[in-house]
Amino acid sequence: MTAILPADFDGADGAPSQGRTSFMKNPDPRRVALPWADWVFAMLARGAALLTLSLLLAIIGSLIVGAWPAIREYGFSFLWRTDWDPVQDSYGGLVMIYGTVATSLIALLIAVPVSFGIALFLTELSPNWLKRPLGIAVELLAAVPSIVYGMWGLLVFGPILATYVQQPLQALTNGIPYMGAFFSGPPVGIGILSAGIILAIMIIPFIASVMRDVFDVTPPMLKESAYGLGSTTWEVVSKVVLPYTKTGVVGAIMLGLGRALGETMAVTFVIGNMNQLNSLSVFEAANSITSALANEFAEAGEGLHQASLIYLGLVLFFITFVVLAFSKVLLARMKKSEGARS
Amino acid sequence: MKFKMIQAAVAVTMSLSTGLVLAQDVTGAGATFPAPVYAKWADTFNKATGVRINYQSVGSGAGIKQIKAKTVDFGATDMPLKDDELAKEGLVQFPTVIGGVVLVVNIKGIQPGQVKMTGEVLGNIYLGKITKWNDPALTALNPGVPLPDAAIALVRRADGSGTSFIFTNYLSKVNAEWKSTVGEGTAVKWPAGAGGKGNEGVSAFVQRLPNSIGYVEYAYAKQNKMSHVSLKNAAGNYVQPDDVTFKAAAASAEWDKTFYQVLTNQAGKDAWPLSGATFILIHKSQDKPAQGASTLKFFNWAYEGGDKTASDLEYVPLPASVKDLVRKQWATVTDAAGKPLAYK
Repeated sequence: MTAILPADFDGADGAPSQGRTSFMKNPDPRRVALPWADWVFAMLARGAALLTLSLLLAIIGSLIVGAWPAIREYGFSFLWRTDWDPVQDSYGGLVMIYGTVATSLIALLIAVPVSFGIALFLTELSPNWLKRPLGIAVELLAAVPSIVYGMWGLLVFGPILATYVQQPLQALTNGIPYMGAFFSGPPVGIGILSAGIILAIMIIPFIASVMRDVFDVTPPMLKESAYGLGSTTWEVVSKVVLPYTKTGVVGAIMLGLGRALGETMAVTFVIGNMNQLNSLSVFEAANSITSALANEFAEAGEGLHQASLIYLGLVLFFITFVVLAFSKVLLARMKKSEGARS
Repeated sequence: MKFKMIQAAVAVTMSLSTGLVLAQDVTGAGATFPAPVYAKWADTFNKATGVRINYQSVGSGAGIKQIKAKTVDFGATDMPLKDDELAKEGLVQFPTVIGGVVLVVNIKGIQPGQVKMTGEVLGNIYLGKITKWNDPALTALNPGVPLPDAAIALVRRADGSGTSFIFTNYLSKVNAEWKSTVGEGTAVKWPAGAGGKGNEGVSAFVQRLPNSIGYVEYAYAKQNKMSHVSLKNAAGNYVQPDDVTFKAAAASAEWDKTFYQVLTNQAGKDAWPLSGATFILIHKSQDKPAQGASTLKFFNWAYEGGDKTASDLEYVPLPASVKDLVRKQWATVTDAAGKPLAYK
């Protein structure tokens, strides 16, 4: 069996090694019949990888071309202009950028601890009979279409948030400087906070199920050794499981963040779609990049309006890129410090 | 002889399978507001003649873009193009149906039509200058109406839309400050209020927010049984939104001068000030005369037999005089050789 394995093993390097087959005593006729098959497969695989790369470049290219009128008009000042006025043809992206970043951060703040709890429970604490149904339930949540979350947020969650959270908070902080401003806004239960919470609910299943899977791959030997040394469950998780799975955990969080940044439908229902940045209140109606695109693209006239929307898309692309790069740097740092410790 | 045989063969093929007559299939794209009636018309027309009309409701702006790029046979828009732009692009524009935008409120104890407003006051509400329901400007217009001491929750469209165009166009006509600070368009820089996505988004907001006001298409207000506001029109009368007042608005427009008619704030004594027609755009010189003729046939058929369908869906059909004017204009639509297309 091992004898036939190395046949054309280095074919991927481009030069099929024909000489080697002759050393073998009894080559499988089907394998020698197609000496070029490995080469074709390697080329196809390489092509698939290159296709992804070229698609990425093409997307960036067409975004830049489409956004060019706006880039030429505003340059980088687009990033901190708050004006968005289709009638006067004057655009700036800060409101949407702020909305996207703020809602995603709120979503992560809520989703990461909850997901960690879910994953921890499923892998370490849950009785065996509960693991499967609970795990499947979490995965099913990920399959709910985003518009359902949006409708639910608008019709069910928004009013609850307004009545039981926003109005008491506003009554409590009314008149207190700074605090009052932080919770101001029309008492309708839509805005940055609602969007962030809806996003959190949407990304919890993603983060939780990936976290659970990576927690599961921690070798039982490591965990049991720790338990044997007298560690508590928390110590095992924080000192053995988490360090062992940190790449996967960061990956899970980034997956959730990516989904939160790009989510459109659910956000547009509950964020209020208001292009203004009067206050930093979490109850103020705001806008996000994806929501602005979804709402305005169909009716945007050619010229600066359309170009500005595409520019927003480019900014979103860039934000995602920065997030990804940041996570890579974070992981690299972790590895480094790990090496220093041992 | 040979010619006759071909003719017979064509006739047989056509009668055998109407679905295969691809050459005549017509594609249109644009406004979402008339999409329900276009879809219904297209369905009935297909059953009657075998010609398929594919209408994609992608929004007025996209419809205009697509007809300019000639990717569709006709474009549809709620915001009419000005005559000089039509001439520049070689397009012909004609109205199909009339509809209205209605202001809806959700105030406890208020009956439909009980609250009265003028354009000036409405503009100030949407400018964020009038923030309470018991503002003196509102109570002066509504003596005896129990308007609450509560903040007005403003709702408007978040997406670019022809409905918003009609609404902002009206406010620009009747409120000077609105005109100078906000202006008109399918999307504007709203000074205040929360944005709902689509008519359904706005009506959902208004229905569940106490003391709210929003604007939606008439059909949505009627289907959801929402409380509307009566408005003071240009003639100084307070009118309710219904098919009679929409028709009155259409009747007082000067269609014989140009089809560029935004039916807001019309002069007629019963005219609903937030009325609007929706329009079709086609190229004056048709590269594909078969499709062009089918398009015209479709709309001629709709003018002749589609009025009831339109009324059932809460649109208002065009007056007969306007239809005649449109047909006159169709005579100027030609194939590449300059021959008028037959649409009858």
